[in-house]
Amino acid sequence: MQDQPTPDEVLGAIAAFLRGTVMLKTDPHTAYQARVAANAIDLVRRQLELGASGEDAELERLEALLGRSGNLAALNAELADALASGAVGLRTPGVSAHLHATTLEKLRVDQPNYSGYLAVLEGCRDLKDA
Amino acid sequence: MNSAARGEDAVRSALAALAPRLRPAARSISGLEPLSGGATQEIWRFNLDTTAGAQPLIMRRAPGGDRLSQMTVGLDVEARLIAAARSCGVPAPEVLHVLAPEDGLGLGFIMEFVAGETLGGRIVKAASLAGARDRLAYSCGQILARIHSIDSGAFPTLARQTPADLIEQWRAGYRRDSVRRPVFDLAFHALSAICPPAPQKACLVHGDFRTGNLMIGPEGVRAVLDWELAHIGDPMEDLGWLCVNSWRFGRIEKPVGGFGEYADLYAGYEAGSGSPVNRAMAKWWEMFGTLRWGVMCASSLAAFRGAAAGVERAMIIRRTSETEIDLLRLMEN
Repeated sequence: MQDQPTPDEVLGAIAAFLRGTVMLKTDPHTAYQARVAANAIDLVRRQLELGASGEDAELERLEALLGRSGNLAALNAELADALASGAVGLRTPGVSAHLHATTLEKLRVDQPNYSGYLAVLEGCRDLKDA
Repeated sequence: MNSAARGEDAVRSALAALAPRLRPAARSISGLEPLSGGATQEIWRFNLDTTAGAQPLIMRRAPGGDRLSQMTVGLDVEARLIAAARSCGVPAPEVLHVLAPEDGLGLGFIMEFVAGETLGGRIVKAASLAGARDRLAYSCGQILARIHSIDSGAFPTLARQTPADLIEQWRAGYRRDSVRRPVFDLAFHALSAICPPAPQKACLVHGDFRTGNLMIGPEGVRAVLDWELAHIGDPMEDLGWLCVNSWRFGRIEKPVGGFGEYADLYAGYEAGSGSPVNRAMAKWWEMFGTLRWGVMCASSLAAFRGAAAGVERAMIIRRTSETEIDLLRLMEN
């Protein structure tokens, strides 16, 4: 068993160092780059926490949708081909729900403050409340 | 072109020699400062010292070549575009000089410096710009109508593509990438199905008219910047691109650039051009623009893994999913 602190805790300390020390003690351009770097570390921390379970669920949905098992890249390519040809579309049962769930899962890691993501989450909540 | 001045001291001497030709009363230059320097393009700021005082100027140049990519128009054409736009009443800086070989500065041009705000986040939020925001969508419509009135025949080298050509070009760009994105395939299919025909009246299109490329002051638009993606095409392209959610900087409820309403943009355009806005077409271009930006983000992966690694680029690539959620929202509506 590896020792602690955990990778997430170490990354958290690096992000805090970039924001709390580097950004305050350097020129504006480097400070900007340091903020981008701190944001990137936050993204990696979210992916370490959420990425695996999100991809498991994505694979499960793809297998149900396409009726066969396979790996994520191959099944994604198969769905992409079917969408490109028009053989399946947003009205095909399960497709819209799958694409939404997959995209929301990505944004949860990539950009959880993005306006388009927040708007769709809000819409999902409104549907549940109704 | 190999004799183009490199380094700050050489640029300073070359500009000082050029000074009297920029303004007859000019004796020298001062305050030279590089604002940004890419691999092929540079932007410099300096003051032209005249008996009447110092005039701040900008030089855009490419000491060793002039195009960022195949898609950009070239600096000489960019200078002519800015001058043509200005003479059609578009807010744009005065171009004082197009660099000639004997200037020893490479390819490029010198223009007036315009002060103002270009940062998207501040334009959509700053309290000091609240008054400007109220009128900005209408004003952008008027300005776009003027841009589209520029005589496109004077620019024979600009790219000319139909909407169908553009779909194929960007689809091919997406498919060069090894990663498949079902949402992109769905969006390409949906856009193809309702692809507009080649425009009856092809216009000069700015190509990158959006929050971030507009210099804003409390009174409104001071200058339209970044003409390097100009081309000949459907005028509705510019209206759609301005409304892509990526340029709303968090203000999703303000569809025009994060500051205004569709109705105001269209009213300004119709008042300026005298012809009606094809709303369905503008909406098609908004969706196409969203997909185009998504493909641009995603296709940076090869550059990131190649010669242009960097955290900022990595984070831009990870914004691709933003365009995927926006495409899903546009297709559900």
